[in-house]
Amino acid sequence: MPEASARPRDAALGSGLGRVLLLVYGIFALSASARALVQITTHFSEAPLAYLLSALAGLIYISATVGLAVGGARGRMIALVSCGIELLGVLTVGILSVADTGDFPDDTVWSHFGSGYGYVPLVLPFIGLWWIWRHRPAPEDRP
Amino acid sequence: MNGPLSVTTIIAALVLAVWYLLRSALDRPPSRIDLIAAAALSVLVAILTVVAVVNLFGDSRPSDTATFIGYLITTFAFIPVGGYLARLEPTRWGSLILGIACLVIPVLVLRLQQIASVTGA
Repeated sequence: MPEASARPRDAALGSGLGRVLLLVYGIFALSASARALVQITTHFSEAPLAYLLSALAGLIYISATVGLAVGGARGRMIALVSCGIELLGVLTVGILSVADTGDFPDDTVWSHFGSGYGYVPLVLPFIGLWWIWRHRPAPEDRP
Repeated sequence: MNGPLSVTTIIAALVLAVWYLLRSALDRPPSRIDLIAAAALSVLVAILTVVAVVNLFGDSRPSDTATFIGYLITTFAFIPVGGYLARLEPTRWGSLILGIACLVIPVLVLRLQQIASVTGA
């Protein structure tokens, strides 16, 4: 990646690969929230826990998208927390849905480590966290 | 929703996706022609959307109309949003954005076909 090394340290979080992440997080923000909305409005009583998790996943993706778009120290923190929760969520729900299907009668974005979405939900937080880590402020920039 | 128009859209999107991913791998920013090709694809998608909306007023309305319309709006807006982001990003990542946008279009069209195939109450 030639231009990656030439990339200035103070380049915005939401540019370069960050803009690709912005698009992908945006896609998941939309699809997870829309899915939760349909599930909750049409048949909430069937699997309340799974549908609330769907809604939570949607909110996490929305806040990660916003964090990447806002940028700066605050946006970076929002994106960092969102990606952290996202990683925990996809691993926890992934393991639980594989181990015991009883608690998860219906699918969420994170079920079976996101197999219904080509495992992108599993890979995405790692790329997101790596990108945010790469964008940590230089020590002399800290107040 | 199952006609040659959908097939054409899916094939065109996949061909363009391969092209954009190749461009990104070769470290090329989106060229003017790349952006024009994306615009052409979004015209194709727009025609598909109009045909689907006209069919909504016919007798084979999908039973899950709200979801269908949601997917239609997303499909219609997708390439323009990707193109807008790609224009902001005149690097290899701009080409990657166009590639991802083109990869999502076939998924959206296939979902539209799935939803449209369940008709009646």
